[in-house]
Amino acid sequence: MSASSTSRRSLTGASADPPRLLGSLSRWASLCIVLIVIVAFFLIASEDWLTIVNDTLIAAIAALSLNVLSGYTGQISLGIAFFMAVGAYTAALLGGDRPTSSGDPLGLGLSFLIWLPAAGIVTALVGALIGPTALRLKGFYLGIVTLALVFIGHYLFLNARGLTGGPQGRTFPAPAFGDFSFAQQNDFFGLALTPGQEYFLLILPILGLSALFVGNVMRSRAGRAFQAVRDNEEGASIMGVNLFEAKMGAFILSSFLAGIAGALFASYSRYIVPNYWDLTLSIQFVAAIIVGGLASVWGSILGAAFVFALPLMLDQFSLLPPSSSSNSLSGGDLNALIYGLLIIAFLLFEPGGVVGLVQRWQKVVRKFNSHGGEGGEPAQVIDLAAPDRDAQPNVDDPSLPKSESR
Amino acid sequence: MAYFIQLVFAGIAVGCIYALIGLGFSIIFKASGVINFAQGELLLVGAYIVSAGVFEWHIGFLPALFLGIAVTVAIGLLFERFILRRMVGRPVFSILMITIGLDIVLRTGVILRWGTNPISPGTPFEITSGVNFGGVHFGASDIWTIIITVVLCAALYYFFNLTRYGLAMRATALDQEAALALGINIRTVYALAWGISAAIATIGGIFLATKSFTIDPTLGSTALLAFPAIILGGLDSLSGAVLGGIIIGLAEVLTAGYESRFANLLGAGFHEITPYLIMILVLLIWPYGIFGTRKVERI
Repeated sequence: MSASSTSRRSLTGASADPPRLLGSLSRWASLCIVLIVIVAFFLIASEDWLTIVNDTLIAAIAALSLNVLSGYTGQISLGIAFFMAVGAYTAALLGGDRPTSSGDPLGLGLSFLIWLPAAGIVTALVGALIGPTALRLKGFYLGIVTLALVFIGHYLFLNARGLTGGPQGRTFPAPAFGDFSFAQQNDFFGLALTPGQEYFLLILPILGLSALFVGNVMRSRAGRAFQAVRDNEEGASIMGVNLFEAKMGAFILSSFLAGIAGALFASYSRYIVPNYWDLTLSIQFVAAIIVGGLASVWGSILGAAFVFALPLMLDQFSLLPPSSSSNSLSGGDLNALIYGLLIIAFLLFEPGGVVGLVQRWQKVVRKFNSHGGEGGEPAQVIDLAAPDRDAQPNVDDPSLPKSESR
Repeated sequence: MAYFIQLVFAGIAVGCIYALIGLGFSIIFKASGVINFAQGELLLVGAYIVSAGVFEWHIGFLPALFLGIAVTVAIGLLFERFILRRMVGRPVFSILMITIGLDIVLRTGVILRWGTNPISPGTPFEITSGVNFGGVHFGASDIWTIIITVVLCAALYYFFNLTRYGLAMRATALDQEAALALGINIRTVYALAWGISAAIATIGGIFLATKSFTIDPTLGSTALLAFPAIILGGLDSLSGAVLGGIIIGLAEVLTAGYESRFANLLGAGFHEITPYLIMILVLLIWPYGIFGTRKVERI
């Protein structure tokens, strides 16, 4: 978003200014418009719309998490449903109501300020435990192992009745500050807030922070390392990237975000059965990042909106024609068909997803504009430093990664 | 003892199904280096068409079987020719994800046509028929599964060792450039691999459906249990896929048969994850499987 386009502007040439956080006047203007739209939506939207948007915003956090691992670092993962479930059940254990009878699932009744960060941290720890095993494998193998993780998780969640409530599922805690519980309508300085609005106020900043964080990490040394690993592992290794550290970093960051998203989702749904965390959920997120745009923050958000909001909207507002046969067409099925076809189409023709399409279009527009104005786009200067013949890599340098040692 | 023999027999029969599905994965992987995640849904499409042929269109089992094979082979060939061939040289991630795209499309297609309610599988015999011998029930479908698997394996052995195209496929798997230089048409090889694999998928789908007595759209994810089988056997080894399939089938059925005695410890449904636990163990100790070529890359 703002990060990537300012850095591109400084690359393409003229200005040597340090990249500003928000950039030019037009950027301020568009930011204001976005803010006004958000506030207007917040004030006038119905609870149905808020549900759709809140679910989508949470899905966007999870899509962002998968994009860190798959889009930026190139590691195939079908296991995001498992990590979301870990976050959700951590939240339930720490924040859930204390059991009143012996059959109730466990809960410690702790504050929201503890269970939400803990959901992320515990999931990150689980990721750190699984990572060293999973990341020894590449490509298809990693995909198959993460797939196995979803099935093993499903078995564990079905059997850990104390934690998950078994096949019947359990309730999840709503955030609460004293009497101000997100589960009910509250007065806030004279403004009556519905649960949907309260969650919206909570989720949107979390998504914003996550997006800003991921966007900035990807411009940092660590983020560049992730992307180098994706583009060429041998090359990255030769350039001094510790492959194991980079992959583990991405895995842990991804797990953290997935845990937060899982906890938020469970909290917003209030009640979830273990069957919810299945392979279909993982595949939906894979579809989201491919359709939206791999290795793109905006892509994650757009993709989540497409994959998760569209079927909800189709069902909510019954936009589908009433079907006469017994096999009625549900919004979810129709949407699955569309995103299945779009995965194939985007991977074939535009691997950058919707964001890639937009960038391609912007390039065309820019070319057109610059031709009209000053007669040609300034050539991009690629600074190829002359190779230094004297410099020889020190093979025994201990700081070089030992690729065989793990 | 009879219980144990019963379980072993059932395990081998289930293993044969995994072997058939695993063979489909392995043939494609060996020829083109692609893991086809849509294999399970090809199998689903095949099973549904055979069932519809028998119960909906009343064309008899054998014509339905040929129709099912024809449709899945056509899907496989078209996908390979028009989609996968454009993906040559792309990252593994994209290739895997595009097969997942096909997977979603096929499964949703089946749901749109037949709905999500289970329907009866099309078989040439009574699902519950069989013979009793020494207190052990040998189900007809289990016996047929084993016989057909053996026949198919023999046919594949003959094909890959004694026919021109089979040898061409093995040569391509070994060294694509050398095979090209010898005048082998790689495109034919890829098409053959997808065709054979789709045909086997349909047959595997019929047996898988017969085993569970019904077909519903989740059948495709049952086929994912063939992954542990091929990982155990070695991804690029056909005999490994068969052996791995039988080992995984035995492990699953034996666990299912005895897990109730350890219900306090294991809970319910442990047999569903034994294949995956075995797979993870194998990947940790022997990443290349029993018969696979040692080239799994690690960091």
